[in-house]
Amino acid sequence: MSDAITDQTAPAQGRWWIGLFLVIAVLVAIRAGMGEGVGRVYVQTETTRYASTTNEQGRVAWSAAADGTAGAVTIERDLFRTAGQFRAAESAAPGQQAIRVSWDRTIGLWLAAFFTLAVFSFLAGDNPAYKFTESIVIGVSAGYWMVVAFWETLVPKLLANLAPDMVKAWCMPNLEGGAFNPIALIPLGLGIMLLSQLTPLGRHVGRWPLAFVIGTFAGLKMVSHVESDIIEQVRATMLPMVAFGDDGSFAAWASIRNVLIIVGVLCTLAYFVFSVEHKGAVGRAARVGVWFLMITFGSAFGFTVMGRIALLAARFEFLFIDWLWLIDPKGERGMTVVATLVSCIVDMT
Amino acid sequence: MSRSIALLICLVGGLTMLVSPFLPMATGWANDVTDWFNILAAMAFVLGGGSLLKVQLMRLSARGPGWGYSAVTLLAFAVTLWVGLGKVGVVADPSAPMVPWSGKPDDEGSAFWWIYLYVMTPITSTLFAVLAFYVASAAFRAFRAKNLEATLLLATAFVILLGRTFAGVVLTGWLPDWASGLRLENLAVTIMDVFNTAGNRAIIIGIALGVASTGIRLLLGLDRSYLGGDA
Repeated sequence: MSDAITDQTAPAQGRWWIGLFLVIAVLVAIRAGMGEGVGRVYVQTETTRYASTTNEQGRVAWSAAADGTAGAVTIERDLFRTAGQFRAAESAAPGQQAIRVSWDRTIGLWLAAFFTLAVFSFLAGDNPAYKFTESIVIGVSAGYWMVVAFWETLVPKLLANLAPDMVKAWCMPNLEGGAFNPIALIPLGLGIMLLSQLTPLGRHVGRWPLAFVIGTFAGLKMVSHVESDIIEQVRATMLPMVAFGDDGSFAAWASIRNVLIIVGVLCTLAYFVFSVEHKGAVGRAARVGVWFLMITFGSAFGFTVMGRIALLAARFEFLFIDWLWLIDPKGERGMTVVATLVSCIVDMT
Repeated sequence: MSRSIALLICLVGGLTMLVSPFLPMATGWANDVTDWFNILAAMAFVLGGGSLLKVQLMRLSARGPGWGYSAVTLLAFAVTLWVGLGKVGVVADPSAPMVPWSGKPDDEGSAFWWIYLYVMTPITSTLFAVLAFYVASAAFRAFRAKNLEATLLLATAFVILLGRTFAGVVLTGWLPDWASGLRLENLAVTIMDVFNTAGNRAIIIGIALGVASTGIRLLLGLDRSYLGGDA
C-alpha cells in the first residue's frame, strides 16, 4: 500500500509533512474554539414562481409570477449570504432558518483551504499532500474542459443540428430552427476520426481532421493577425514627428514621444531582420532595438511579478478572511480575533 | 493518398477562411467552417480526456510507485464528468422552468459549480501565486547588471514595480513639480506609453509576420510535420 503514495518522497520526509499538517490542524482547532469560530458559509433560499404566457405567435414565455398563481412552477436557489447578514437575522429572530449554514459550501471552503495550503507546501519540497492535490487538479481540469466542450459546443453546434427536436425537449427549449442539417455529419465524421487516435489504427485515420484543424486555424489566424497585428500596428505607428497641441502651439513632449515610438519600432524590427548581417547602420539600429526590447522585457517582468503577487495576496485573503476569520475588513463579523483574544485574556484574569 | 487528401483538406479549410473577408458569398462558408473547427476543438478535449484515462489506467494496472495518485486523478476525472454531464444540482433555467435540464451546468449551487469554485479555482490560482516565489528567486539569482542591456532590463523592472505601488509614490514624492516626470509613478507611465509600446509593437508585428509565413507554408504543403514522419 505504501507504494500507492510513495514516489520520490522519502518515508522520513513523509512523516515530517504529516507532523506539519497536524500542527496546522491543531492551530486551526484552537482558532475554531475562539469567538465566532472559523470558516462557515451562509446561504438563503430564494424561491421564485414562474408562470407561462403564450404570445401572438404562439410562443410560450415564462416570467416571475405572484404567489398563488395557478399553474406556476417553483424554482428554489440557495444564494450566498454574509456572516453579518446571518447575525442581523439572528438578532431579529433568534433561531431563524431563513439564513443558515450551508454545509456543502462550508466543506468546500475547508477543502479549498486544504488545497491552498497543500500547494503552498511545495515551496518547502515535494510531499504527498502536494502530489495528492496535483492529481486532483489534473483529473478535475480534464473533466471540466470536457464538460464545457460538451455543453457549450457539442450540444448547441453539433447535436442541435443532428437531432434538433430531441435537443429542444432535453436541454435547449429556446433553440431556434429545428430541422435536421445533414452538413453537420461532416464535423461528426471528422470528430469520430479524431477520436480514433485513441485506437491503434487511429494514427492514419486521424490525419484528416488534424489537417482540417491546422488549415482552418492557419487561415483564421492569418487573416486576424494580418489585420490587427500588422495593418493596425503599422497604422498606429504612423505618427506626426512634429506634433502640435489643440491650440496650434508646438507640443515638444508629444513630438519626442512620437519620434521615440517610431525609432523604437523601426530599430526593434531591424533587430528581427536576420537575412541582413547586423553591421554598420543596420547593426547600430539593431543595437538600439535591443535596448527597447530590454525595456519591454523589464516592464513585462515587472508586471508578471506584480500579477503573481496580487494572486498571492488573494490567496492569503482567502485564508485569513474567508477561512480563518482572522481579519475582518468588511466588518461582517461581530468580533475580530484581536478583540476575541483580549476578551479571552480578560476572562482568564 | 491519405497524405494528399489531408493536404487538400488543409488547403481548402485555410483558403475558405482566407477568402471570406474578400468574398461576401464566402462568409457563410467561413461560418460553417468555423463551427466545424469549434466542434473538432471540442472533440479534442474529449480526445485529451480519453488519453488521460488511458495513461492513468495503464499506470494503475502496472501498480508502479505512486499508483495511488493515478487512482485519485481517475476518481476526480470521473466525478467531474459525472456531475458536469449529468448536471447534478442544476435547477431549471427561468426561461424554461418546465425543462429540468435547461439550466447551465455551472449555475450557482450545482455540483459542477462547487467543484469549480472549491477545487479547481483555489488550486490553479495558488499554483500561479506560488510562481511569485520562484520568479523572485530566479530573478535574485540570475539578474546581474553586467552590461547596458541587463541594466536596462533590471532598472525598468524596478521602476515598474515601484512605480505601481505606494512605496514608489513615497520614495519620489519629494521631487518638485518641474521634475514631476522623474517621479517613479510618472516614469512607469512613460516607460509603458513610449518604450514598452514601441518594443511590444515591433514584437507583435514580428509575430504576425511569422504567423502569416508559417500559415502560407502549411497551406501550400511545404510544412507537413503535422502529418507525422511516416506519412
